Amino acid sequence: MSGFEIALLENKEIVTLHLKGFLDAHTAPDLETELQKCISNKRYKVIVNFQELGYISSAGLGVFMGFIEEIRKNGGDIKLTNMSSKIFRVFDLLGFPALYEIFKTEEEAVQKFT
Amino acid sequence: MLKKQGGENLAGKIKRYQLKLPSSTNHLELIREFVTNIARGVGFDDEKISQIELAVDEACTNVVKHAYKGDDKQPLDVLVQTDSKKFKIIISDKGKGFSPNKIKTPDMKKYLSEMRVGGLGIYLMQTLMDEVDFKMEPGKKNRVQLVKYIPQ
Repeated sequence: MSGFEIALLENKEIVTLHLKGFLDAHTAPDLETELQKCISNKRYKVIVNFQELGYISSAGLGVFMGFIEEIRKNGGDIKLTNMSSKIFRVFDLLGFPALYEIFKTEEEAVQKFT
Repeated sequence: MLKKQGGENLAGKIKRYQLKLPSSTNHLELIREFVTNIARGVGFDDEKISQIELAVDEACTNVVKHAYKGDDKQPLDVLVQTDSKKFKIIISDKGKGFSPNKIKTPDMKKYLSEMRVGGLGIYLMQTLMDEVDFKMEPGKKNRVQLVKYIPQ
């Protein structure tokens, strides 16, 4: 058991990934697979909802770095939402808020896309 | 394998907790639980517990990914040692070490603008902990020692 789950929701051109559990070096490949699928399916508008994520390490953050360039090159973005203060602190520590748009709610991220 | 040992030093009674596991990322969750449970018992607040949790995860992830290059059957030891002043975690392996004096604190802005993946672990350990020390003997014993001061 990996202690990590991803629920995928598609709404028109936006794909939303809901993360649950622990995102570490063991589970990061699962998220890589999902983001790779988005790119293969030419779905470049991606929202990642962290509401139910309890933990993230640099291996988890690294996944976003690995895909953002290609997604933006194709006119899309990865927007991040619903982070707990624990998760936000890790992103903040590594300077991610300067690179990624982080929203309190999914609705705000959707509006930014449309 | 979990061992608990004791002793004395100037900063009071020493307690030791040891976890010995094969070097699989599958065990990171267990290692985090092991360390955070002890940290909670010492009286750290949630924020400090999260910092210790992340620093230990980063150290162990480096061992699996870099020291053993993904070989998940090698020895990985996590020793927690506490007295009244310091919460110390010693992570040791027998893999390929690295030269600690070659590690520079990354220029984060440059780092992120180049969108490099990985390699943030040592920076995080140094940011999250009060003391970080590396002792490398490649193939014999490499050791990362992380210390968080216990609130007095």
